[in-house]
Amino acid sequence: MAKRIASISVFTALALIFSYIEAILPFNFGIPGVKLGIANIVVVVALYQLGAKEAIGISLIRVFIIGLLFGNILSLIYSLSGAVLSLIGMMICKHLKLSVIGVSAIGGVLHNTGQLIAAAILLQSGALIYYFPVLLISGLITGILIGIVSFSINRVLDRKKAV
Amino acid sequence: MNKRDFIAIGAVLILSAIGFLFFAFQPKGGASVKISINSDVQGTYPLNENRTINIKTDGGFNTVVIKDGSVFIKDADCPDKYCVKQGKINSGSIICLPHRMTVEITDQQQPDAVAR
Repeated sequence: MAKRIASISVFTALALIFSYIEAILPFNFGIPGVKLGIANIVVVVALYQLGAKEAIGISLIRVFIIGLLFGNILSLIYSLSGAVLSLIGMMICKHLKLSVIGVSAIGGVLHNTGQLIAAAILLQSGALIYYFPVLLISGLITGILIGIVSFSINRVLDRKKAV
Repeated sequence: MNKRDFIAIGAVLILSAIGFLFFAFQPKGGASVKISINSDVQGTYPLNENRTINIKTDGGFNTVVIKDGSVFIKDADCPDKYCVKQGKINSGSIICLPHRMTVEITDQQQPDAVAR
């Protein structure tokens, strides 16, 4: 139990640091709304190393703390809806036995989808749907990149566990 | 990577391809046509709906037609008829100076203000 709580804390701290790095040094692709989301590496690795409940906890704590530190209520709502939808999708995909890369790719896509849905509801505007294909592709690409990194981290951690 | 990954990634790619194609064939859905006289807005109309608008001003009349994603002045009783000669536009504006009327295409599609 103590080990579990310690692991969750370390993962959460890491996720916060990654979010902070991305807040001060954004990896911009020149497309509005598109970012790498390196904090999601932590969430994906946690999903595999600790479990679904732990990954949900880490992700939600991260969203709330980052929202309080750097954002406002609007950005908090966007991140929260993205994070929740992406977590649900990743859990389903993991259950369907997709690999880390596939799980992360779907997570990235649904993260953007959740944010777009939140924005459309908040702004009462359907015009945003024109941006949906762009966000699908960008979520797919960033999700695959995050998945490749998570795959490597998982391999190292699994090997350590086996020893 | 296994077969299921490729199915999932393929599904997303197909979905976004459908999205791109769908929106590519919709003529500028977010844009709208703003008609004003003496800089008083008379009305705003979506650019992707065909319609004919008759504008009456102190100087005379203009017939504004929105068709297939572009807008033009079909007829006017101004002396120079520059507005009619300007033809179809899908961006920018048409101005009828004698009637002090402007037809302006405004792009209300601004996702970058939101998707931060």
